Amino acid sequence: MIYPLTEEQQMIKEVARRIAEEKIVPQRAELDEKEEFPREILKEMARSDLFGISIPEEYGGLGFGSFENCLAVEQIAWGCAGVATSFAASGLGAYPILLFGNEDQKQTYLPQIASGEKLAAFGLTEANAGSDAGGIQTTAVKDGDSYILNGTKQWITNAGEADIYTIIALTDKKRGPRGASAFIVEKGDPGFSFGKKEKKMGIRASTTGELVFEDCRIPKERLLGKEGMGFIIALRTLDYARPGVGALAVGLAQAALDEAVKFAKQRKQFGQAIIGFQAVGHILADIATQLEAARALTYAVCKYIDTKPRDFSKYAAMVKLFASDMAMKVTTDALQVLGGHGYMKDYPVEKMMRDAKILQIYEGTNQIQRNVIAQILNKEYGKAK
Amino acid sequence: MKYIVCLKQVPETEGVRINPETGTLMREGVKSIINPYDLYALEAALKAKEHYGGQIVVISMGPPQAEEALREAISYGADEAILLSDRTFAGADTLATSYTLAQAIKKIGNYDIIFCGKQAIDGDTAQVGPELAQRLNLPYATYVHKIGIKDNFLLVERNLDDGFQTLQLSLPALLTIVKEIGEPRVPSIRGKMRAKKVQIPVWTAQDIDAKAEKLGLSGSPTRVVKIFSPPSRGEKEIFTGKVDECVKKLYDKLENVLG
Repeated sequence: MIYPLTEEQQMIKEVARRIAEEKIVPQRAELDEKEEFPREILKEMARSDLFGISIPEEYGGLGFGSFENCLAVEQIAWGCAGVATSFAASGLGAYPILLFGNEDQKQTYLPQIASGEKLAAFGLTEANAGSDAGGIQTTAVKDGDSYILNGTKQWITNAGEADIYTIIALTDKKRGPRGASAFIVEKGDPGFSFGKKEKKMGIRASTTGELVFEDCRIPKERLLGKEGMGFIIALRTLDYARPGVGALAVGLAQAALDEAVKFAKQRKQFGQAIIGFQAVGHILADIATQLEAARALTYAVCKYIDTKPRDFSKYAAMVKLFASDMAMKVTTDALQVLGGHGYMKDYPVEKMMRDAKILQIYEGTNQIQRNVIAQILNKEYGKAK
Repeated sequence: MKYIVCLKQVPETEGVRINPETGTLMREGVKSIINPYDLYALEAALKAKEHYGGQIVVISMGPPQAEEALREAISYGADEAILLSDRTFAGADTLATSYTLAQAIKKIGNYDIIFCGKQAIDGDTAQVGPELAQRLNLPYATYVHKIGIKDNFLLVERNLDDGFQTLQLSLPALLTIVKEIGEPRVPSIRGKMRAKKVQIPVWTAQDIDAKAEKLGLSGSPTRVVKIFSPPSRGEKEIFTGKVDECVKKLYDKLENVLG
């Protein structure tokens, strides 16, 4: 479907598409195979201004919104979901500063993130705090003009590659989730190191690893918002980031559809191109239909977010849930269209299927998304009585 | 540092067909692009700007629609663009083209490096760069794939058939650039937005103080006598089968030919 885009939105889409076609697609199989971080590609993206799309102009960005950012993420993910994850994770790490940082913090960190000179990352998950983010054990204890952090964050995208980390840690253990706070930690801070680098099934061009804090001392000015706001900051950050996962899923699914149709048109069996068989044609039709539905939802929610509503958690969860489930199904079906070829690494579809799985898991599993939606429904209908 | 990049808008050769009767290019409906080698020249200038700072001015001689190519150059990161366009420029061969470009570059003045593509994919002469250097009395190097500046000297590596050559040139100088300089970058979003709005001045023959007899068709001694497809290069043989066997066959054949 052709969505009406402004001239500027069209430019953003074109730039991201060219990077995907010219810089990402030729390299994606090798990056995947070697589990290599796409440093050069990210530099290219930085030079093209992609990291600054949704950061305000006064902090060195382009001043666009969620929708424009999603247009870029979609195109990059069309090239490689691993590269798109590294890119989007920097945005995820920037949101706490953008949404809750004071003027000094914004002036210090946002221009570096907007220019792509420095990557950001977001650290919430821990060994005992996954879906139950209330289980975090990392602590931040105030000591004079500093906070001292102790604990380990797990499965953090861009771990070791990013320079700027936004971290959720407990400042008051007794208060549970209400005792959590958000901090900015910089690579190189004393007592901050990187642990195990994970080996993954998919999105292997992105780096996932541990952040280790051992008496890590940071100035008290690195606190974001106020003490006790950590969970509000984390939830709001995820609200903003989840439509990005939707866009990632849409881009990935589009790539799978493109491959499947291309293959079905040229592959001949029983004397004809297999696209002519109803059994294959119907799979492609379903892929295309589900993809367009997910894209429409993603775009609609992004545009809604850009109207700056007070609360959009439900819709952000819906996009993430619907689009990622779609991408998993679509990549699986696209692979089926390619048959044995699809299972081989000579074609990019097996990678797409491996990449798709994480989209149902990260930034809140799809079960958590359903919880979010159901809880909000419960509340909404409660009020109506 | 001031860098000047010379760009030519050319028909995308993949789409070009030859009129079988006249032997000339059929340009109608064919997309125009920046000569790919000139994009490498622009990339070389952008790299130089990143390393040594400075400003990039892009110039092109061509019809009014060549403005498009200059806007594209701005989107890649060029700072300024000037279009050289005048009816009297039309029909120029390389001699008249280099004269026109030289006059414009003299007017721009104060430049350090002039970057040209090694050749244009339509004419394929590779003459304009060296002619331009001659007209401006500049040292020059062709087929350059690596550039450095040290102590006010330019250090370049240029491709040769059997290796490469390192040269030291005094500034200002002219370079013609090859593919090995590195793949051109992708335009930036800010660049595209700037390209949309930027005013591109158009310089005519009068603006560059050019002598009419040296311009366009009248300044071009080249006459196209005939255009023809080159004859086939003789017999060819294709080996098929297993790689080892093909290699063996090829080896035997070569041994026969070479004695």
